[in-house]
Amino acid sequence: MKFKPVEILSHFILIFGVLLMVLPIWFSFATSTHDNVAIMTEGMKFFMGESFSQNYNEVLNEKGGWSEEVTAAKMFMNSFIMAFGIATLKVVISAMSAYALVYFRFKLAVPIFWLIFITLLVPLEVRIFPSYKIVSDLGLTNSYTGLILPLVASATATFFFRQFYKTIPDELLESAKLDGANSWRFFIDFLLPLSKTMLAAMFIFMFVYGYSQYLWPLIMTTDEKYWTVVMGMKIIFTENYEGVALPRTGERFAYIILSMLPPVLVVVILQRWFIKGLIQTEK
Amino acid sequence: MSFLELKNITKIYPNGTKAVDETSLNVEDGEFVVFVGPSGCGKSTLLRMVAGLEDITDGQISLDGKIINDVDPSERDVAMVFQNYALYPHMSVYNNMAYGLKNRGISNDEIKNKVNEAAKLLEIDQLLSRKPSMLSGGQRQRVAMGRAIVRNPKIFLFDEPLSNLDAKLRNQMRLEIKKLQRQMGVTSIFVTHDQTEAMTLGDRIVVINNGIVEQVGTPKEIYSKPNTKFVAEFIGSPQMNLFNCKIENGIVKIDNNQITLDKKLNIENACLGVRPDDIQVNNNGQYRCIANLVEYLGSDMIIYSSMGDQEFSCKLSSKIELKAGDSFNFDILPSSVHIFDNITSNRI
Repeated sequence: MKFKPVEILSHFILIFGVLLMVLPIWFSFATSTHDNVAIMTEGMKFFMGESFSQNYNEVLNEKGGWSEEVTAAKMFMNSFIMAFGIATLKVVISAMSAYALVYFRFKLAVPIFWLIFITLLVPLEVRIFPSYKIVSDLGLTNSYTGLILPLVASATATFFFRQFYKTIPDELLESAKLDGANSWRFFIDFLLPLSKTMLAAMFIFMFVYGYSQYLWPLIMTTDEKYWTVVMGMKIIFTENYEGVALPRTGERFAYIILSMLPPVLVVVILQRWFIKGLIQTEK
Repeated sequence: MSFLELKNITKIYPNGTKAVDETSLNVEDGEFVVFVGPSGCGKSTLLRMVAGLEDITDGQISLDGKIINDVDPSERDVAMVFQNYALYPHMSVYNNMAYGLKNRGISNDEIKNKVNEAAKLLEIDQLLSRKPSMLSGGQRQRVAMGRAIVRNPKIFLFDEPLSNLDAKLRNQMRLEIKKLQRQMGVTSIFVTHDQTEAMTLGDRIVVINNGIVEQVGTPKEIYSKPNTKFVAEFIGSPQMNLFNCKIENGIVKIDNNQITLDKKLNIENACLGVRPDDIQVNNNGQYRCIANLVEYLGSDMIIYSSMGDQEFSCKLSSKIELKAGDSFNFDILPSSVHIFDNITSNRI
């Protein structure tokens, strides 16, 4: 088989792109399997070392934090709960509000939609003080509810669901009506199965969004029990810096690698569904 | 009291468009009625009002003795076949057909029986596990019909169900729909813009134009005695020739030709209608014209010609040798002409 020059060039660019993305991760992973002395003296590593199990074991089980109360495993759990809660609620709420906006033709539907859309201009960071005030007045600081609730409304997802619902032919609704489906049944039996792909895609985006939250959990939580991975990244394994101990670079790399796993897993699992939806055109 | 009664039905859309104007119609039990008219004439709107998918601005609809103006579509016990079939894309053929029954709380065994029975009737029993995306146009059409049949509704509504099929399949499905309706004896309303479909399917035809019913009648009545110029032009293919003319003492003058009618009529602004197949071409014919264009259709051919500045066509057996540019003789029998008043466009 012969390649045209253009093909060779495009493959070269693609391979270069892949390496650019993958190499830093590989470096991090390889480095995370070395002991701290080697890293300190020899720098980043390209090949696997001997300390894989030791480093990862330490990361997961050692108690960290100022009061030594939280383990990395606990933080992963927290982040997972937070991201999962945010993603699930965001998807559910957006899907339902888009349903209301598209299928219930009340007069204020359009203004309300634009009002929702405008909230895109007001991210959490801008409204962080009022948000904190409300959450703390409700007594929700240091709780999963407090971590999740202020982030569950999503203009982006509502917008995407709205656009998707608008592409569904009216006859489908009419036919379902004649078949005796009420509004609720139409949503459950038709819109949700039809938007499987959308649901999966939105869930992925929103999970990653929730997982990578930094400022909100940082402000919200004073109790280490509720620390999240991204917060921990700055704090964990830094407490021994001063004094004679070596910086624990190996463990920190291990922590970083581990912190990438939950979102990667979500993407990998849902991607199958996502791609299946793309291939089987169901309309 | 008729099975389905429409009384002075009017539909005005929020933007002020009057889609249906004071329409009244009675449909008997088991009858097959066809609404026919050009696109945008309000025939689909009328059908959708019967289904309950469109609000009724004014008037009253009753089905089986019950006024259904404000009855929810799901409670009306009507089934509809849509133009694009509106199959549920995420459900198998079986579930497509079973969905309406499930919502009515019918037991699974009974649903199974009904679906299988309908599937056998429509010869789609091999396809029950497939998704609509894996079906051909004709098969989808059958599934849409099946979905309507299993419900065993009071009335079938068809909204141009054949317009997405190719010509051959369309003829075949047309026959099947007719057969099925005869077999099941369910009252049906069929909307189409195709006059052939209307003529072949309907027990009665309702010709609609601009939201107004122009004529209701059997296919034969509509064809042989069109009430208005519109019906005359719309029904029949090729369409009826209409000559603007003046009638004096029962004598019609078109260009230099004269036709003597049976009746002594005097109309200043009249319109004479002659079906293309009522123009009899023969060598001894009274009139003579030049064929401008000849369309060969196999057994028949259509000749396009003109009398003065008024164009007309005639349909004749293609056994006659005639090509464009030839002149030909023909007769128009006074008994076969239709006369309309050009001002009211009504039949005289």
